Amino acid sequence: MDNILSMITFIPLLGAAILALFLRGDDAAAQKNAKWLALIATTITFVISLFLIAQFDPANTGFQFVEEREWLAGLTYKVGVDGISVLFVMLTTFLMPLTILACWGVTHRVKEYMIAFLVLETLMVGVFVALDLILFYLFFEGQLIPMFLIIGIWGGKDRIYASFKFFLYTFFGSVLMLVAIIAMFVDAGTTDIPTLLSHSFGSDTFSLLGVQVIGGMQTLMWIAFFASFAVKMPMWPVHTWLPDAHVQAPTAGSVVLAAILLKMGGYGFLRFSLPMFPVASDILAPLVLWLSAIAIVYTSLVALAQTDMKKLIAYSSVAHMGYVTAGIFAANQQGVDGAIFQMLSHGFVSGALFLIVGVIYDRMHTREIDAYGGLVARMPAYALIFMLFTMANVGLPGTSGFVGEFLTLMGIFQVNTWVAVVATTGVILSAGYALWLYRRVVMGDLIKESLRSIRDLTRREKVIFAPLVAMTLLLGVYPALVTDIIGPSVEALITDNRAAVAAWDGGGAATTLAENAPTQETGH
Amino acid sequence: MTSADFQILLPEIVLALYSMAALMFAVYTGKDKTAPMLTWGTAGLMLILAVYIGLNGAGAHTAFGGLFVDDAFSRFAKIVILVSTAAVLAMGRDYMTRRDLSRFEYPLLVALSSVGMMVMVSAGDLMVLYMGLELSSLALYVLAAFRRDSVKSTEAGLKYFVLGALASGMLLYGASLTYGFAGTTQFSGIITAATEGALPLGLLFGQVFLISGLAFKVSAVPFHVWTPDVYEGAPTPVTAFFATAPKIAAMALFARLMHDAFGHVVGDWSQIVALLSVASMFFGAVGGIGQRDFKRLMAYSSISHMGFALIGLAAGTIFGVQAMLIYMAIYVVMNVGTFAFILSMSRDGRVITDIRSVNNYAAHEPGKALAMLILLFSLAGVPPLVGFFGKYYVLRAAVDANMVWLAVAGVVASVISAFYYLRIVYYMYFGDEGDTLDTGMAAPQWALLMASAALMLLGVINLFGIEGPAAAAAAALVN
Repeated sequence: MDNILSMITFIPLLGAAILALFLRGDDAAAQKNAKWLALIATTITFVISLFLIAQFDPANTGFQFVEEREWLAGLTYKVGVDGISVLFVMLTTFLMPLTILACWGVTHRVKEYMIAFLVLETLMVGVFVALDLILFYLFFEGQLIPMFLIIGIWGGKDRIYASFKFFLYTFFGSVLMLVAIIAMFVDAGTTDIPTLLSHSFGSDTFSLLGVQVIGGMQTLMWIAFFASFAVKMPMWPVHTWLPDAHVQAPTAGSVVLAAILLKMGGYGFLRFSLPMFPVASDILAPLVLWLSAIAIVYTSLVALAQTDMKKLIAYSSVAHMGYVTAGIFAANQQGVDGAIFQMLSHGFVSGALFLIVGVIYDRMHTREIDAYGGLVARMPAYALIFMLFTMANVGLPGTSGFVGEFLTLMGIFQVNTWVAVVATTGVILSAGYALWLYRRVVMGDLIKESLRSIRDLTRREKVIFAPLVAMTLLLGVYPALVTDIIGPSVEALITDNRAAVAAWDGGGAATTLAENAPTQETGH
Repeated sequence: MTSADFQILLPEIVLALYSMAALMFAVYTGKDKTAPMLTWGTAGLMLILAVYIGLNGAGAHTAFGGLFVDDAFSRFAKIVILVSTAAVLAMGRDYMTRRDLSRFEYPLLVALSSVGMMVMVSAGDLMVLYMGLELSSLALYVLAAFRRDSVKSTEAGLKYFVLGALASGMLLYGASLTYGFAGTTQFSGIITAATEGALPLGLLFGQVFLISGLAFKVSAVPFHVWTPDVYEGAPTPVTAFFATAPKIAAMALFARLMHDAFGHVVGDWSQIVALLSVASMFFGAVGGIGQRDFKRLMAYSSISHMGFALIGLAAGTIFGVQAMLIYMAIYVVMNVGTFAFILSMSRDGRVITDIRSVNNYAAHEPGKALAMLILLFSLAGVPPLVGFFGKYYVLRAAVDANMVWLAVAGVVASVISAFYYLRIVYYMYFGDEGDTLDTGMAAPQWALLMASAALMLLGVINLFGIEGPAAAAAAALVN
């Protein structure tokens, strides 16, 4: 299987093509076929990806399973995985069958819905395996189309506004990245990511429109990439599209958005910003650290005030992503390990939380917290699972949430104690909003008339939650499963990054800017 | 004048003779009853000529002492012009019959206009340039006013004629200034007169006026004013024609003139073209936001797209020309598909072009709606669709030529224009239950819609090898 990555990437697309071309009609039987076909396609993809992880060699820090073919315009179709990306591929293939199961109840335009998700899976896997800049951009941007449709067609009542906001926000962030990508191509003469990783982009300070750009070209490119990844992440203050998109998206859409799409930004930082622009990352790290600290505290406080369950979890996602960005730009082993761990853990936990909201939304058709209360009386299994993921969201030791938060905070602490202090308050705040949500929805007496006949989890729902519960607990008690795989790659990344920063001479500020003596003090 | 000269000119001569013969034939026989036959005949002949040009041409030749140039560049442009014109004729056929516009002059005027365009892209001399431009324009003026009993159509024709005449005047004035200061009308002579650092002031003026005249033809801001009105007023098949072949011809002529005649003073015109480009991209993007009429929207869309294509020209490099040619080819395919859809738009048998009328179309016609979805996202330049690659090429040309600011302006404009394409998707897919379009669609329209959507989707594999011919064409032009 020397083209295993292409198989993982394109089997879902093949499923989508079969659905689009051969499935006719919109009756119950056709709908059922569409769902089964999507489930089978995603499951096959997952099974194949198991071979990938089994054959993956963690000790090798280079790219593995590399495939390369000629493409147009001097570009290549090149894919491969390393320790950083392989687990994101696994996360995607693992979650997609569950996502398909989660939308089993959809009855409106089922065929198109399944096609959208299958196309989305291809694009998501593609982002993580692409080893050519333009190919990466293709997959990265292409996701906007299915996601726009998923939110717009199957979303809630303000879906139009949310879908346009989602599209235009993320599109704007990404096109600036496109310009930077082209500039990188022109500068390095290639779009091959492994080559670019060892190419050092100019970091000599120059003056642009009268402003001193410390770190020169690297800084400008870093900012362009940041514009895209920060929106995707999302980081405060460009996070505002996320709550809208989440609230309006259907349950499965929210799951994919929170569990996988939000990871693209973090992956982008790890793949591009940190290794390719080490100097700029070093210069601008304090900015990112503080934006992250603000995000953690601010969005946690906002989450406390929400009355809509999905919105609360969406804000909680933004806060958790704050740990990720801070951990990445702490640029040390614990920080980056923790950030990757946090992303994976958040993939399981937030995905599960959105599914949990989806369960009661399917029954009661409201997400208002006030409409619920005392569910434990009628839904004990549900209460148990909700409890577990609430705890994981809070970061209780023994769940995967703890490991990620602890590692990132440890990494941040070594770089900037103040940011670490502020970020740690987020742990307390998250306990506040998550437990309060749990109390209001699940605990207390069942006094609402409408809830008297609510049913507990069905077998299908239990099947969806079981693997998520297992992963959350497994990673919580045995995090080495993840850190063993990512460790060597992260170590290589950090070593190169630190070496590049150490080798930087301050952008030639001393020589080229001799006449502008007062401004050179800002250099490192 | 030797037979070799005529050999080079053969496709133009054949098409011109055909037009005249067909005109006589139609007048003396069945008149409008011959219209369907003539339409198919013209489209077929154009395809044959396109194949002939594609297979027969090699190297660069000039005819009539350098007046007429036949090289890889002109062949590339001619093939795109002929194929797109044939497509437009085929898909407009059904519309013309249903709207009672089935007149035999229509295919013949289109053919004559195409002859003019073919001459334009092969021009090696200012006189030939003007001849080609006028031949194509005069036919277009008549076509714009083709629906004589409609106020909007006659208004479109008149507007186009008055402003077009003004632009021709400017062009002619520029040509005469250029002749006066260069001492020749041949591009090969002008290029020796116009050298870096020593461009006579009169020649600079001539160049600016020539650019103005051509900017009118490609509807670049600030010479775009006619576009929305003419697009809206003209019968839809004519609009489809306006949006495709004449744009290629004018853009190719633009590149030919700039590189062949003023190729040594790139610095003098690249800034002007860059300004036209930025203004067009932004005006097209912002102006389209408030539009309700699909044809008007496409007018603004084409203004914006022309701005993008001009980025390639503004770069002033071989790669820039290649990027521009690829962009234009992609643009034409997208427009043919989109107009095939617009041509089919009707409700209760009446023509309708309001974009709100596509409300909920996807629920009734998932296949066609999906094709339109692909085309619209491609127009917006969202990867992985081919429209993105057009943008990618021109942006790369700009960055290559050290015009990063132009590339940044381009991507910002593309985000703004994405809004109006998304809005059509929104009506088609997210609309409420209610009236929608009639579901019928003539076979050629359906085929072209589906084919262009498929091209936009599958082109991601290798762009159907268009890159090589475009590179050869650009290399032939820039020296």
